[in-house]
Amino acid sequence: MNPSLELVLQHPGIWRGNQRAQTADDALPTGFAALDALLPGGGWPRGALTEVLLSRQGIGELRLLTPALARLSEADGWLAWVAPPYVPYAAALAATGIDLRRLLVAKPRSEADAWWTAEQALRSGACGALLAWLRAADERRMRRLQLAAETGHTWGVLFRHARAAQDRSPAALRLLLEPSTEGLAVHVIKRRGGPVSRPVVVAMPQAGSVRRARRAAPTLSLLHS
Amino acid sequence: MLWLAFHFHSLSLEVFSRGAAVPEPLAVVEKQRGRTWVIACNDVAEACGVRIGMAAPAAQALADGLVVRKRDPEAERESLAGLAVWAGRFTPSVSLEPPAGLLLEISTCLSLHRGLAKLLKLARSGVNEMGYSAAMACAPTSHGAWLLAQAGVEKAVRDAARLETILAALPVTLLDQPPAVLEGLERVGAQTLGDCLRLPRGGVARRFGQSLVDELDLALGQLPEARAFFVPPASFERSLELPAPVRDAEALQFAAHRLLPELEGFLTLRQAGVQELELICRHERREDTLIKLGFAKPTRDAGRAQLLLRETLGRTRLEAAVHTISLRAPLLLPLSATCGDLFQKSREADGDLLLERLRIRLGKDAVYGIETAADHRPERGWRVCEAPAGAAANRHRPLWLLPRPLPCHDGRLKLTSGPERIESGWWDGADVARDYYVAEDRNGAQLWVYCDRVSGEWYVHGVFA
Repeated sequence: MNPSLELVLQHPGIWRGNQRAQTADDALPTGFAALDALLPGGGWPRGALTEVLLSRQGIGELRLLTPALARLSEADGWLAWVAPPYVPYAAALAATGIDLRRLLVAKPRSEADAWWTAEQALRSGACGALLAWLRAADERRMRRLQLAAETGHTWGVLFRHARAAQDRSPAALRLLLEPSTEGLAVHVIKRRGGPVSRPVVVAMPQAGSVRRARRAAPTLSLLHS
Repeated sequence: MLWLAFHFHSLSLEVFSRGAAVPEPLAVVEKQRGRTWVIACNDVAEACGVRIGMAAPAAQALADGLVVRKRDPEAERESLAGLAVWAGRFTPSVSLEPPAGLLLEISTCLSLHRGLAKLLKLARSGVNEMGYSAAMACAPTSHGAWLLAQAGVEKAVRDAARLETILAALPVTLLDQPPAVLEGLERVGAQTLGDCLRLPRGGVARRFGQSLVDELDLALGQLPEARAFFVPPASFERSLELPAPVRDAEALQFAAHRLLPELEGFLTLRQAGVQELELICRHERREDTLIKLGFAKPTRDAGRAQLLLRETLGRTRLEAAVHTISLRAPLLLPLSATCGDLFQKSREADGDLLLERLRIRLGKDAVYGIETAADHRPERGWRVCEAPAGAAANRHRPLWLLPRPLPCHDGRLKLTSGPERIESGWWDGADVARDYYVAEDRNGAQLWVYCDRVSGEWYVHGVFA
């Protein structure tokens, strides 16, 4: 290619269809090299919403975020957890390197309060990250959150059911997670700078203790009340 | 020495009007020589033709809906004390000049407030915020400053010679002398202080008494002055009577804001902060309503209190009309002064504010931190806390713990690791004897399950998310 044209193409204002957007925002490294390579700027987008879609809890969705959360907890600012479905377990969180002093759990009684809390946390700029488990999402509410994240320059993570994958969303990054034998399969459904078709498999640290179970597996399944 | 004098020329009026957001015609009357006279009225009343010195019935006939209040010296005294408390934010040397004056010795605190101009601006905005108006003047002597403020000459005089020329132009009626003396001065043709000073000293002292000469010497700094300084109260409780009963909690906000600068001054003087504030709303023939404001950390910032007050009052429903509000600081906590940030606002302050706002809307127990507890039983291995101290890490635990274990039946779980035996708690009746495993279900989710060693039943207790 003509060297002067090459020079022009390096201008940050020029975006070509086949490359990912160069974000001026500093990205937050995920701690997984394979995933970093896929994400614009090489990490989680700060000052934007990230949607994490999954059909089943317990496949490693939090373990995917913990390296970034641990890094954020070194700085000032809360890690706000809004309406978590279960009890965040202190000992396990501490083991991932997250400073528990930075953790703020909010359990609003109503869905409207939960959305309000998430928006306030994002907008205030006092949070390094916001993790929210919200229901009854609509485009207007999502857009408000996205704008709040931009205002407060906060990394907002929204956990939603995989059913929502087909819905439109103003989030900057949307990931669909599926369990796989080697770890966690991450499909990037949306990112700034075009979609990717091939899922990337992220190797997850083994859950729990490493000793092998000697006992015969019982016949079990989870009854959700 | 540099003295700053405040003359609250409309104090008798403002004790009634400062709680109102919208001014309505108001006149304050006082009984003198058997008749009731208007001694002060606000602009709205003046626009209707009400004048000072009118008889009360005449004023009432002129202005429709004129609110006439009898002068309340007790309220004025309280207001002046409140103002003295507020002035404590500038200097500890505050002296009262009843009924409507304050004198502050500010030469020692000028650099703290970055100069006289900044201090005066701050004082002016503070007075306005509290709903008062004042004439302010500075002079090297307290009485000189007080005379200037009374005359409404808002000048900052720092030089004794200049003070003399400015004082010379003031009328003699400002002097704190009996009416007979003032009349006598008028009779000899002395209209201004300058005229008095030109009269022979000995003659003036013989004819009008030594006190006149002394007062002039005091104002010019030729006689040492002894002033008693105001001693602030040990606790803070200030009331404000509302001009009309209010039902709407948001309307209370305006009145409550009037009290916040006093609180800030009080806390600054005491080198203290508050973590809790009480706003007491008094009703007619009803129990008072108590509204509590909680801060994340001890603070003395009026701006923070204001934000919190707005959030709280916005969510409060009053059951009856309120006629008086009181602001009380139940517990003072030591708080040293904070340094201002040179470059940027810290996130810490924002964080506290966010925490306070969330707690107001969601309730105090819906927003919390977590910490680890020294107990082997998983359900007791964590606890809710306000400020987590330390954490004992354990990487064999799931990130999610179910609020209570769920029994599991049918279907297949694959145990991938374990068992980890936990037996504990026989001493408090909540004993557990369990074998914990990590299991994978058909959908690939990793669960933390246990087999109860007493019943042999299986439960899910956590999720490795």
